[in-house]
Amino acid sequence: MSVGDAQMQSAASMAHSVRRLVLGVSKRAGVGHIGSELSVADIVAALYSSVLHIPSPTDPARDRFVLSKGHAALALYAALYLRGWITREELTSYCSNGSHLGVHPERGTPGVDFSTGSLGQGLSVAVGAALAANITGSPRRVFALVSDAECNEGAVWEAAMFAAHRRLDSLTAIIDLNGQQALGYTADVLDLQPMGVKWAAFGWDVAEVDGHDLGALVGTLSALATGGRPRVVIARTTFGKGVSYMEGQVPWHYLPMSDSQYELAVAEVGGRE
Amino acid sequence: MRSTFVRTLTQIASHDERVVLLTGDLGFSVIEPFADAFPDRFYNVGVAEQNMVGLATGLADGGLVPYTYSIATFATLRPFEFIRNGPVLQHLPVRIVGVGGGFEYGHAGPTHHAIEDIAVMRTQDGLAIASPTDYEQAASALLALHDYPGPVYFRLGKDERRVVPGLRGAFHVGKLEVLRSGGQVALVTTGSISPEVAAASEQLAGQGIDVSFLVAGCLSPAPVEDLLEHLRGTRVAVVVENHSRNGGLGSIVCEVVAEHSLAVRVVRCGIDGHQPHGSGGGEQYLNDWHNLSASKICETVRQQLAVL
Repeated sequence: MSVGDAQMQSAASMAHSVRRLVLGVSKRAGVGHIGSELSVADIVAALYSSVLHIPSPTDPARDRFVLSKGHAALALYAALYLRGWITREELTSYCSNGSHLGVHPERGTPGVDFSTGSLGQGLSVAVGAALAANITGSPRRVFALVSDAECNEGAVWEAAMFAAHRRLDSLTAIIDLNGQQALGYTADVLDLQPMGVKWAAFGWDVAEVDGHDLGALVGTLSALATGGRPRVVIARTTFGKGVSYMEGQVPWHYLPMSDSQYELAVAEVGGRE
Repeated sequence: MRSTFVRTLTQIASHDERVVLLTGDLGFSVIEPFADAFPDRFYNVGVAEQNMVGLATGLADGGLVPYTYSIATFATLRPFEFIRNGPVLQHLPVRIVGVGGGFEYGHAGPTHHAIEDIAVMRTQDGLAIASPTDYEQAASALLALHDYPGPVYFRLGKDERRVVPGLRGAFHVGKLEVLRSGGQVALVTTGSISPEVAAASEQLAGQGIDVSFLVAGCLSPAPVEDLLEHLRGTRVAVVVENHSRNGGLGSIVCEVVAEHSLAVRVVRCGIDGHQPHGSGGGEQYLNDWHNLSASKICETVRQQLAVL
């Protein structure tokens, strides 16, 4: 699917804002997981600017999104703010006492469809949401963003088998293939390759894209699956994308930024939001 | 209670199109009536209990009322974290159906004996727990809790014939069913061991022993007010359950008695999970081995009365 200029501009603008918000809000909160949030910033921006059909976050017919890798929640919160569903005040309350915006997203926050945080559970829930759409005759689509290391969890493959067996083609799983996990590189910890071959063997329609190419993301994610197979979009990403000293560096799974690191990061992503 | 559950759910589904039944590849010769009546709302999800609960979470978000069905151990323990983070954390109306309390799967062995399920599920605030005594109460519990706003765990027995005399299927959320009151010793029970306890209660009463008989078909919300009312003035509460002595009804009674300073001795009759290897057997044999048969329950009561 070709992506129009206006759509590209909107996706690029949101991606830019998400990155800047992730840096500013996480610095203010003194909280890590920045590398994961930057890894998915373009995927989240593509979804929330151009792909998900969400007239309002309470519309029962809206598309569903499951951030199965819940630790990247700040990128999602930034998108929800940019869509106008949470306020700036709520966004900047991230990880403060009494806030409903924690490190992992919780249902009840406007725009958060499901609580996540324990890896390996979100895809099952997304499959259930797709099955519900089938049973009730709803045309809505369901998207789940899964981390590559999350595929260490056996329950991911239980869900994968069921979705293919039941031909749930309203479902799209996106794998954030950044090659890293909490304590190391996936190739060293528990090798996941060949990722696409695994999903194809489980009966899924497999697409591979550059996870930072907004045109490719919007085009691939907007395309309706055909042939009754659920679709997996394997998005090749760079952990910490956009901040040179974080890119591909395992410690940024957890570390918060110092003042000088923050200034450097802000300069690299083009200023504060 | 399994066939009663399927029959009752089939009736409910005939006028409530939100009902969906998921099974983890169990229910041979039991579950077919629902599957035949509603093939579009029946899913054998395969041997994958975690995914079954995840699916149910997504289905409940979509406005459906999903029931997940398996043997009690597999329905609760394998997917416990999915239950916690799914329907419980997110307040969704998923119904978890576990079959076979205590030693009901006798010869199948310890992997199939549900002796911790109540304890584990009881940690989940907001999750209702029904532990019906017989098939009649199972049907009532299902009807009473079908529209419950949050998630529910049904701990169902396998028996379809034995009943607790006089109960006639009565079930009330958060309440006890009182079959005999005012005794200096109270027998308190829950779940599919109840007919055995009812038999003990009859024997003791026939011998002129002043015994109350209280049935807790609903363990969460716990029947706190009813326990206070009916244990006040009682000398000994003998709690009988086909479950670990830890974390089940015996623990509930201890909590209520201690928190309200009732002068009642509580005797917890349940299962000691440290059963020696090589001591397997059928349900009746194992219940008797763990002092849960009617005759052993009577013996326990007499021993307690002797030391009052």
